[in-house]
Amino acid sequence: MEQKTKINAEGGKQDLVITREFDLPLELLFKAYIIPEIVEQWMSTKVLKLENKKHGSWEFETADAKGNVVFKANGVIHEFVPNKKIIRTFEMENTPFPVQLEFLEFEKISEHTSKLNMHIVYRSGGHRDQMLALPFAQGINMAHNRLQDLVSKLNNR
Amino acid sequence: MNLRRDVFQAIADPTRRAILLLVASQSMTAGAIASNFDTARPTVSKHLQILAECELLQQNQNGREIYYHINAKNMKEVADFIEPFRKIWDDRFNKLESVMKDYQSKK
Repeated sequence: MEQKTKINAEGGKQDLVITREFDLPLELLFKAYIIPEIVEQWMSTKVLKLENKKHGSWEFETADAKGNVVFKANGVIHEFVPNKKIIRTFEMENTPFPVQLEFLEFEKISEHTSKLNMHIVYRSGGHRDQMLALPFAQGINMAHNRLQDLVSKLNNR
Repeated sequence: MNLRRDVFQAIADPTRRAILLLVASQSMTAGAIASNFDTARPTVSKHLQILAECELLQQNQNGREIYYHINAKNMKEVADFIEPFRKIWDDRFNKLESVMKDYQSKK
């Protein structure tokens, strides 16, 4: 099956492009980015602020089950054209990662389908690779922990 | 070429995986990496050497210090290095799609 979400990250570059086709009309796809309650649902985060306008800003915060804030991010909205594009910055708070620039372009394919093109520019090629490496590194760590859990369960039998 | 087999051996070790995880977020000196482990400094150096030898880590001289950082190109050869990143976005967008379908049907 063809993958719905594609990542294009060329070697030695400091940017990447994420593309995705949605089984949704363009207007509905765009709404998913501007209604705070909806953003909260699919991003699994709390939306503290989301000003959908040129020179507006946004702020997200995610807490764990105990209420401890585990993730905080913010940025400014540089350009906002309904059903067409959002240009914004994205910065994770309390991490060594520098701010990144995001160009989101929304496109109609048919009455019922649409496409999102997300171009992310990082401070350097190294920073891009680190962002790409993060889920990979967490993944191998998690796989290892699962393996350890499994082994200890087997040992306890 | 045995690089592939060596790479898998390199990441089979939990300390070496922990090192990769550490330097994934920022480049660090051997000393800074070692300070995160209870293991003796020469042991950590040995791990760094193995990771550098199979080119999972890159070394950069900065003045008197050597900084270690992840070599994305080779990590890509290990497994599909970008796949976990893609999966996060794919899951997120799948959720967006189902949330909006619900939203649409409620109207």
